[in-house]
Amino acid sequence: MAEKIYGINGPVITVRDTSSFAMMEMVYVGHERLIGEVIGINSGFTTIQCYEETTGLMPGDPVEGTHAQMNLMLGPGILDNIFDGIERPLAEIEKEAGAFINRGSAVSSLDTEREWDVTVTAKVGDELSGGMIYAATPETKLIIHKLMVPPLISGKVIEAAPDGKYKLNDTIVKLEDRFGTVHELTLCQRWPIRTPRPVAKRLTPTIPLITGQRVIDTLFPISKGGTSAIPGGFGTGKTMTQHQLAKWCDADIIVYVGCGERGNEMSQVLQEFSELIDPKTGRPLTDRTTLIANTSNMPVAAREASIYTGITLAEYYRDMGYDVAIMADSTSRWAEALREISGRLEEMPAEEGFPAYLPSRLSEFYERAGRADVLSGSKGSVTIIGAVSPQGSDFSEPVTQNTKRFTRCFWALDKSLAYARHYPAINWNDSYSEYFTDLDPWYIENYGREFVEYRSSITALLQEENRLMEIVKLIGSDVLPDDQKLIIEIAKAIRVGFLQQNAFHKDDTYVPLDKQKCMMQVILHLYQRAKEVVAENIPISRIKSQGLFEKVIKIKYDIPNDRPEMFDEYIKDIDEKIDSILS
Amino acid sequence: MIIEYVGVKEINGSLVVIDGVKGASYEEIVDIRLDNGTVRQGRIVQIEGDRVVVQVFEGTRDLSLENSSTVLTGHPMEMPLAPEIIGRILDGAGRPIDGLGDIYPTVKRNVNGTAINPVSRIYPRNYINTGISSIDTLSTLIRGQKLPIFSGSGMKHNELAVQIVRQAQIQGADEHNFGIVFAAMGVKNDVADYFRNSFEQAGVMQRVVMFLNLSNDPIIERTLTPRCALTTAEYLAFELNMHILVIMTDMTSYAEALREFSSSKGEIPGRKGFPGYLYSDLASMYERAGMIKGSQGSVTQIPILTMPNDDITHPVPDLTGYITEGQIVLDRGLQAQGIYPPVNVLPSLSRLMKDGIGDGYTRADHAPLSNQLFASYAKVIDARSLASVIGEEELSDIDKKYIIFGREFENTFVNQGFNENRSIDQSLDLGWKLLSLLPRSELDRVDDELLDKFYDGDKS
Repeated sequence: MAEKIYGINGPVITVRDTSSFAMMEMVYVGHERLIGEVIGINSGFTTIQCYEETTGLMPGDPVEGTHAQMNLMLGPGILDNIFDGIERPLAEIEKEAGAFINRGSAVSSLDTEREWDVTVTAKVGDELSGGMIYAATPETKLIIHKLMVPPLISGKVIEAAPDGKYKLNDTIVKLEDRFGTVHELTLCQRWPIRTPRPVAKRLTPTIPLITGQRVIDTLFPISKGGTSAIPGGFGTGKTMTQHQLAKWCDADIIVYVGCGERGNEMSQVLQEFSELIDPKTGRPLTDRTTLIANTSNMPVAAREASIYTGITLAEYYRDMGYDVAIMADSTSRWAEALREISGRLEEMPAEEGFPAYLPSRLSEFYERAGRADVLSGSKGSVTIIGAVSPQGSDFSEPVTQNTKRFTRCFWALDKSLAYARHYPAINWNDSYSEYFTDLDPWYIENYGREFVEYRSSITALLQEENRLMEIVKLIGSDVLPDDQKLIIEIAKAIRVGFLQQNAFHKDDTYVPLDKQKCMMQVILHLYQRAKEVVAENIPISRIKSQGLFEKVIKIKYDIPNDRPEMFDEYIKDIDEKIDSILS
Repeated sequence: MIIEYVGVKEINGSLVVIDGVKGASYEEIVDIRLDNGTVRQGRIVQIEGDRVVVQVFEGTRDLSLENSSTVLTGHPMEMPLAPEIIGRILDGAGRPIDGLGDIYPTVKRNVNGTAINPVSRIYPRNYINTGISSIDTLSTLIRGQKLPIFSGSGMKHNELAVQIVRQAQIQGADEHNFGIVFAAMGVKNDVADYFRNSFEQAGVMQRVVMFLNLSNDPIIERTLTPRCALTTAEYLAFELNMHILVIMTDMTSYAEALREFSSSKGEIPGRKGFPGYLYSDLASMYERAGMIKGSQGSVTQIPILTMPNDDITHPVPDLTGYITEGQIVLDRGLQAQGIYPPVNVLPSLSRLMKDGIGDGYTRADHAPLSNQLFASYAKVIDARSLASVIGEEELSDIDKKYIIFGREFENTFVNQGFNENRSIDQSLDLGWKLLSLLPRSELDRVDDELLDKFYDGDKS
């Protein structure tokens, strides 16, 4: 029997005198059947947050329980698709309602009519446990979608369909568990968004996520299965950095969550990703991407859910054995949604009006990242890269501070770098990565011990420059001795020639690791040779007039990514010019 | 059957509480009739059983617990719309105040609007020429964008807005299909007059819809004004296929009205007393800019906001900046130097410009040039802060060149006449002329090909 609405305050609905709902149960509200979720129960009232606009609801309208938690439909058709915060397909909604989103839409999350080419791998008599694969279908040209037994079910196959074309709800395999219950496995399953999907065993993250962005790969690397935060005030390029990572990082699957961000940005992602061809596979990036768009003017409760929707989709693909990266832009909007709902519930606020449970929610979210032996027998990972939009660009605010505690990479975006159009505006003094010890063996094995040494040298030079700039700010650079001037010059070459990266340049937008290494090598070679000159008390201006620094700075444009042999000429050129000064 | 509810239970600021109401729906509009015959409108903002909280737009002056009767209208706040609305002047709640009679609506639209489906958006990439160098070159305005002006009290944001309206050019066949929706929230009478007169002088009044909520008008009506204006803009743009520029001033007054309303409702305050949902609330307006599939029109927004104490980290500019696609920041120091428009180019930004400029839109050298101007001007600031410590005389030669470049940049590039309309070519050429003041080796954002073509170092 349906219960009745008692009170309405923004997205918060109350129902009086009922015991028929469970915590976190999904409910339908009103005659339009708006989706809501139970978020509080006491003897007098049940409190529901509604995922859609509540305008026009009346006391007395029905509220109907579903006896299930807020959950998602998982199956083929997720990739190359765009959903709202609670997995409703926006393209289908457009067909139904036009350019503006309607309420109470009942379209299915995934296309139930489309036929998939399914290869059934399970045979009658097989013992399958939760997470094991019973069939597969090419979801896009790039990705094989593996159909897995829902994690909580196991049993013996008593019936298996032949290979062929199937729709989403067709039964592929029948499984009889040890109690004799028969489970019909179709192409899809459901999973509650707030519960992490189980894995067999968590692994240490030892493989880096290669992004092609020099400042990240070299100075502040992140591992597959790692967590990172990108904090930055508005206009510092958070979204741009997220887009670059989504385009170029070497994950198999990208889940991009636009959480409370701009509508135009989402349409840009849609357009760019469908036009951009992944150089490694020759296929559009959308083939490996799913988008969750809950723009800032869409209902606030769905914004809160969108992060969980994203991570659940990511875990689902991880369970198939893929490396998944999830970009959440921005987690601050999600935290604000928490605050907004908490305020409507008249909960006692903690810092800056945020609810006291903000840190625990953040840690729950970031802890769902990781690399693991998955139940299907292979290895998969979920990497979380969360943008943070600190209020007033102040990193001491609660969301940034708490995020810092639960992530192991911190890529701090800097306003003054952004003003100078130094992108990515990742400040090398404030940022850090805790993955060095985990990842260094990989770097040494694949790119040699030099890579790690170069990195240390570069970091040391930047540190030294930072210290010298304090002096320069007070007395100007002219009074510095030549060896310190050289550090300032070479640090400039590192900043402009190496750290700064042009996302709109065809080569510079993605730089492979071997070129990154060569670039470091050339810069450091120039530094070593120039040091010899300075040691001979020859003025540094002699080196500068040779144009070597400018040449090194322009390497990123002048050497194409596929011509690493050109670096030798640079080394030779440096040697010749320096030798001529020295002789 | 229409039920009248006599009297109210409680009055608190602009809110009244009425008991025993049957069949009220959330956000429904009610008419409150006073004994003296006047009628006020209110909106239901909270329902608890048969007890409703109503926000009275015209304020609760003269209202007592017994002297009123309330009627439910059965629908949310709607804006009557017709093509004839163009050229009219309306009050903050969308009622005509120009003495030209009522508008006979062809349609009525809910002022809260609904979210545009991200899938249905067209990514904006057609640039609008404003004729102002600092904007066109460095923070280009794109059709369908929301680009606020961050200003402070006493700065020339109104003049800048008028100049943009007067000079804004939409090229191509749509040239005449251009309209302006102007929403004033809590502005002074003089300022409203200034806008009206300027629009008349520029001969654009017949394509302007004005919404005026002056500073002495009821505060709570202010929370409606931008929604009425945007509903009108959406109607004109998406149903009548016009290109609409919406100017909203002053968003800070709007946010303060919202804060007043929130605190009288007894809500838990967030930063600086503003309600926790300020971000969502602002977004519900700013996000109504854009272009959608199936319509020729566009809604472009220029919200103007005054930063209290020129503080860009104040919640209103801060949250605005997170929603809008860039910002144009005015600077008191520049204004004091007599520079108009006092645009501080470093914090100013247009996020959509990268796809709306360059070959096919403006000129191929536009993007690298603007990058270089930003980078070079950022170094000017470094040089100046150094000069303030050690004196200009002690600076290195390079730094001295930057000081000269900075001065020229501000005086000839940023500074321009109130009636001066520069074409994009003029602005870009001026930019190259300024860069030629610097040694070629300093220009690391531009490749050699462009330098060969445009750099003219002899002038320095």
